[in-house]
Amino acid sequence: MPDQVTLTVNGTSVSVPAGATVAVAVAIARQACRKSVTGEPRGPLCGMGICFECRVAINGRAHSRSCQILCEPGMEVSIDE
Amino acid sequence: MSREEERHFDVLVIGGGPAGIAAAVRAAECGVQVGIVDDNATLGGQIWRGSLENGPAPDALHWLRSLQKLGVTELSGMRIFDQPDTGIVRAEGFEGSCELRYRYLMVATGARERFLPFPGWTLPNVMGAGGLQAMVKAGLPIRGRRVVVAGTGPLLLAVAAYLHEHGAEIPIVCEQASWGSLARFSAALLAHPGKIGQGIKLKRQLGRVPFVPGSWPVAAHGRERLESVEILRHGRREMIPCDYLACGFHLVPNIEFPSLLGCKIQGGYVQVDEFQRTTVDGVFCAGEPTGIGGLELSLIEGQIAGLTAAGAVASARKLFGSRNKAVSFSRMMDRTFQLRTELRTLPSAETIVCRCEDVAYSRLQGHTSWRAAKLHTRCGMGPCQGRICGPATQFLFQWQPDSVRPPTFPVRVESLASVTEHRGASALQQ
Repeated sequence: MPDQVTLTVNGTSVSVPAGATVAVAVAIARQACRKSVTGEPRGPLCGMGICFECRVAINGRAHSRSCQILCEPGMEVSIDE
Repeated sequence: MSREEERHFDVLVIGGGPAGIAAAVRAAECGVQVGIVDDNATLGGQIWRGSLENGPAPDALHWLRSLQKLGVTELSGMRIFDQPDTGIVRAEGFEGSCELRYRYLMVATGARERFLPFPGWTLPNVMGAGGLQAMVKAGLPIRGRRVVVAGTGPLLLAVAAYLHEHGAEIPIVCEQASWGSLARFSAALLAHPGKIGQGIKLKRQLGRVPFVPGSWPVAAHGRERLESVEILRHGRREMIPCDYLACGFHLVPNIEFPSLLGCKIQGGYVQVDEFQRTTVDGVFCAGEPTGIGGLELSLIEGQIAGLTAAGAVASARKLFGSRNKAVSFSRMMDRTFQLRTELRTLPSAETIVCRCEDVAYSRLQGHTSWRAAKLHTRCGMGPCQGRICGPATQFLFQWQPDSVRPPTFPVRVESLASVTEHRGASALQQ
């Protein structure tokens, strides 16, 4: 496995250590994971797949919990609206 | 695993933390077919969560090796969401869903942090204490970052020590419990020498990090993300600039799935007998869902459950003594870290309580029950199904949780469709 994995977050390329979760990639890109129903930026809260605050769209699949999914090369991550 | 695939196990364990792993290992040692399901990418649960840097937690290693050696089927990244019929549960992963059949079911679903709302707690970079630690283990850079650690419970010190060791600057650890109750706790620890050793080790790791009992966060400030935390310390407000707030108020058990199965819940925990059997035939429960007791108790309970399910009742019985001792420690923790009533006054009218549906505190005032609040405001009706705001409103308004209905987690339509084949006119379609 390579040491670094490169993926995109909202169209911007980000490199993270291999084995990092998508939530970490979003944080390194200094982005929020989602907009709340009233438009507030939100990021991970529980870090363990319970709160759903870290959900993002991964390769077009909406509402994916980024704290439980590992980064893969070329993944396209975008903010969940 | 493909959608159509189904698997059969003598013992199926839900939850890959210490309790679940211990149950799986002891059952498998007796020669039965065991499967263990966990929704995280790797086994270990929260306390044994491995890190990118160092791999699996050292204490977990020999247990994890045993799982492999014994041929236990590991189903990681899969989440159980329904029991369409006795002896069958359905699980969903990123790739699809599948059916798992069992003779005995071990519920070892662990606990989550309790979160309490205060102004600004929805800002990005305000996280759970365990939540931030999990993120750091998953690769979040923390060296040189300033982290305020706050809330209540033994987890705070463990998290602060971990972050400090990994190069974070910790300006303060705010513990809402008073000096008095912590002093009583320390005195009572004399009956548990192992715990004292752990405490001394933590203290050494923490170095000069200030630990302040009787203090708590009252607001988080920032525009797009957290910039500072306001704390209340000895009656005075104090503003602390920081990058992260790691904040959790002890733990609440994950009892949604055992509730769905019909297991009797008493005082917020799954009721079990001395062999860890729930009130539902063939269903065992071990670890935090039976009472917040930490690692040691979880391991003992898991082993008792696993041995009993596999028929090794005499071996299970030998562990009763050590369990009793661990239970007394658990009761002591509950008393020490009881939430002070002042925390009920933290939310302002505009503070969001339900983060999924953005329901503000003022909209909940005046409702008389969790159910009424749900129906009128959509509080607790979002994707987390009230797992975050439920325990918060229980503390704020003394509302009691509702019955649980499937699916116990939001799932994709394909996964639901595969369940309805079993049920005919099922609860899902009603």
